[in-house]
Amino acid sequence: MNIDVNMLLDTLSEEVKEHLAESDRKEPLIIGVHTGGVWIANALRERLAIDDPIGELNIAFYRDDFSRIGLHPTVEPSLLPFDIDDRNLILVDDILYTGRTVRAAMNEIFDYGRPASVLLATLVERGGRELPIRADVVGTRLNLKASEHVKLLGPDPLRLELSKAKI
Amino acid sequence: MEHNGWRSGFSSMRANHQIDENGRLKHFLSIEGLPRDLLLDILDSAERFAPVGERAVKNVPLLRGKTVVNLFFEPSTRTRSTFELAAKRLSADIMNLNIDSSATSKGESLPDTLRTLEAMHCDMFVVRHQNSGAAEFIARQVAPHISVINAGDGRHAHPTQAMLDMLTIRRKKQQFKGLVVAIVGDIAHSRVARSEIQALNTLGVAEVRVVGPKTLIPSQIEALGTKVFHQIESGIKGADVVIMLRLQQERMQSSLLPSAQEYFQAYGLTERRLKLAANDAVVMHPGPINRGIEIDSAVADGPQSVILQQVTHGIAVRMAVMSMAIGAQATSGAT
Repeated sequence: MNIDVNMLLDTLSEEVKEHLAESDRKEPLIIGVHTGGVWIANALRERLAIDDPIGELNIAFYRDDFSRIGLHPTVEPSLLPFDIDDRNLILVDDILYTGRTVRAAMNEIFDYGRPASVLLATLVERGGRELPIRADVVGTRLNLKASEHVKLLGPDPLRLELSKAKI
Repeated sequence: MEHNGWRSGFSSMRANHQIDENGRLKHFLSIEGLPRDLLLDILDSAERFAPVGERAVKNVPLLRGKTVVNLFFEPSTRTRSTFELAAKRLSADIMNLNIDSSATSKGESLPDTLRTLEAMHCDMFVVRHQNSGAAEFIARQVAPHISVINAGDGRHAHPTQAMLDMLTIRRKKQQFKGLVVAIVGDIAHSRVARSEIQALNTLGVAEVRVVGPKTLIPSQIEALGTKVFHQIESGIKGADVVIMLRLQQERMQSSLLPSAQEYFQAYGLTERRLKLAANDAVVMHPGPINRGIEIDSAVADGPQSVILQQVTHGIAVRMAVMSMAIGAQATSGAT
């Protein structure tokens, strides 16, 4: 299966625009979750013509599996180069699956301040949620079996890779 | 426990005791025997923890529910409080035990004290002790689910101090390759110097110099990969980093040294002497500083001093090491 990521990004940014207009949310700030979410956040910032830089979240310190697998050996720190108090945020990730990453990201965001609102935008939404979380805006929805995986590769070019788990 | 940590080989024999079967840091006892990649992991992790201290909410929930005990057999303010702050920023519970003034004065043996703390379901001991090898000894005594961090043992090691100095150097100089680093002062009694020498050589600086009077330089120090200087002028000439060590007042009483004034005359870092180092040299000191004994106030407070940044970096490095060690417990035995 071949998916055009640029087309999904177009859809995503149009839907974000609509959603912001409907809910009358002005001057949004974009925050991407490392690593794929940051790529999507950058693409979205360009399409929405937002001047502010994007924020980057590395949710390693907020994961719920630390006591099972220890510290994730990633390098990039979280970086929110703006004050989020009373701002409208667009939280961006590449794939919404179990919902655990979004839970961790929301917890981290609130340690930086109290935003006016948070809109969740993901490039791909698939089944398999383990927490009561859903995206406000998605690029596409995929019906995948538990044994099937989807992964965003990038940053240049961005492409989605579908694979079956080897058992 | 042997007292003179410079010559004894107890840690080189058992250096890998710090690393678990997956190659992860289980205890942090000494720099000796740790591979370069692991030291770089500590620095990279510390870089990720550093911004936490600048946020509105200065803690992350990583070690929520974990209990850390500061087990201090020797008084310390700075090291104990930065470990305490590091644990709190990781959301761990922390308890300070100053053993001087508690159980051992009532005659309880160290193993009994350890068993008692284990029964309280603690996850980590941060140990400061006047005897070389004490942290290693405790690491061998404790139950397998407990990690031990060495916060300074005798003359042997002070690995978190060395790593916070490495973080400070890397931030200022970007890389270790090609650097000339001079460590000035009481090398013989300094666990900080010993750990720094090991870290600097593992990370691959060009040259480590030790500078001080003959009475304060151990005889076999060249074997650790250092060049010895007895004059501060030649010792810091062209150096990229100058690390001043705290002069312990009791050394003066033990006739290893003349008076404080004479020491300052011979080895004190003044603005004039600092001009001999590289133009962009940075000045470091593990603290607390003795103004007018090992360092002039004009240098300590001057533009090349990074002494206060060292303190800030100390919290990030301790957060990194605590998280890595408790994280290693999560996976040990899992494979």
